[in-house]
Amino acid sequence: MANPKYLIFTGCVIPYRLSSYEISARKVLSKLGVELMEMPDFNCCGYPMDVINHDLMLTLAARNLCIAEKEGLNIMTLCNGCFCSLNETNKALKEDRKLREKINGYLKEVGMEFKGTIEVKHLIYVLSEDLGYEKIKSAVVKPLSKLKVAQHSGCHVVRPAKYVGRDDPENPHTLKNLIRLTGAECLDYVDEAECCGNPIIGVNEEVPFSMAKEKLDHIRAAGAQALITICPFCHIMFDLNQPRIERAFNEKYGLPVLHYTQLLGLAMGFTPEELAVNELRVKPLEILNLIR
Amino acid sequence: MSQTQEQVPSVIKAEELNSKFKYEISKMPGAEKIMACFQCGTCTADCPIARYSQFYRPRRIARMVQLGLKERLLSDEALWLCSSCFTCVDHCPQGVEIAGIVRVLRNMAVADKAVLPLVYKELATNLMKNGYVYEIPESRRQKRVEMGLPPLPKPNLNDILKIFEVTGSLKLIEKVKTIEKVRS
Repeated sequence: MANPKYLIFTGCVIPYRLSSYEISARKVLSKLGVELMEMPDFNCCGYPMDVINHDLMLTLAARNLCIAEKEGLNIMTLCNGCFCSLNETNKALKEDRKLREKINGYLKEVGMEFKGTIEVKHLIYVLSEDLGYEKIKSAVVKPLSKLKVAQHSGCHVVRPAKYVGRDDPENPHTLKNLIRLTGAECLDYVDEAECCGNPIIGVNEEVPFSMAKEKLDHIRAAGAQALITICPFCHIMFDLNQPRIERAFNEKYGLPVLHYTQLLGLAMGFTPEELAVNELRVKPLEILNLIR
Repeated sequence: MSQTQEQVPSVIKAEELNSKFKYEISKMPGAEKIMACFQCGTCTADCPIARYSQFYRPRRIARMVQLGLKERLLSDEALWLCSSCFTCVDHCPQGVEIAGIVRVLRNMAVADKAVLPLVYKELATNLMKNGYVYEIPESRRQKRVEMGLPPLPKPNLNDILKIFEVTGSLKLIEKVKTIEKVRS
């Protein structure tokens, strides 16, 4: 079977704040034989504009879809938010002729037309569906069997079920399965399928901080040595904001938060430096000693 | 928060009820099924935001739409507390897309009341200026290349601005009054 080939859609927040995710994803995917092509033209996926004007979100997303259609390639996103807007727009425009005609009316002004010829996938579905668990498992040369972690899939990789149609939003298992392939144990905690709170942090900090604090309590109680994410917004909430949450609640967690691609990369034999582990806010020194 | 601390809405006067509002709303994508809401409360019970906020209650929003309390809804800042996690959408036994209705109400608040949290105005402004919703400094773009990453794709700013214009979004963003923070 030919190697999977995708246009990589990095979105805005990853180049802005989380190069560590992009670096580790590109290294791991390349070694697993996924060919990544660069977007020749780009704009924000549209997700943050949905609150202002739904048509604006749809048209911005559709413009990216048109670029991918022209390239004849499917899109792979690293970000749950980009997956949400691009996948929803792709499916809604394919299914709803009236909506498609309306959005194509806007796109005509920039010389584009949505045709509905490509698919959008999040990284974890490229891993689980295109490569498959066996292929990933065979790439693991350094099983992380001493490690106990917890997962945070985030919302938009599974919700709304109507548009995603994969995994189980009440009990997401794709990321858990992918974590277990590395040899690490993946522990359950009570609210692991709930929102991290980050999407509203720009309008209110108290609620998201309280939500994240409760999760950190549960993750610690479960005995996890690290949290594994696949969404830049969840990652920022738990890694970059962890010291602020600690100050707000007079707590100390010191819980390292790794991108899944860093965890998998370590199990595939990449060095922490190659995976930009030093870019993380909460330094995972204990884990790195444990798996050395 | 205990129930006793919850803000009790003031008495509703008959002239506030706009019986046509529910039909107006149900024409918008995502809000089609508002009439099917029978107030079971699953959305509020399962809403992670409602657990920590005194003011954000999705069931109340659905009922207020059905009653046609348009003015109250569009001027209620709690509208901006929904994190769009879609738990309410996936759990509703009647198939009502509550998060979709909240999005429709937000769009209406921007269009009819010209209000928008500051953060979204900033994101929109950045997007129109450089294609990304954040201002990515030149030093960070260089660091990318030093770290072995390809240069960032170049956005077509003419196209982006055109899309803001033709969707009517540019005018909306220019005239909004911004809200700094929303109390929870």
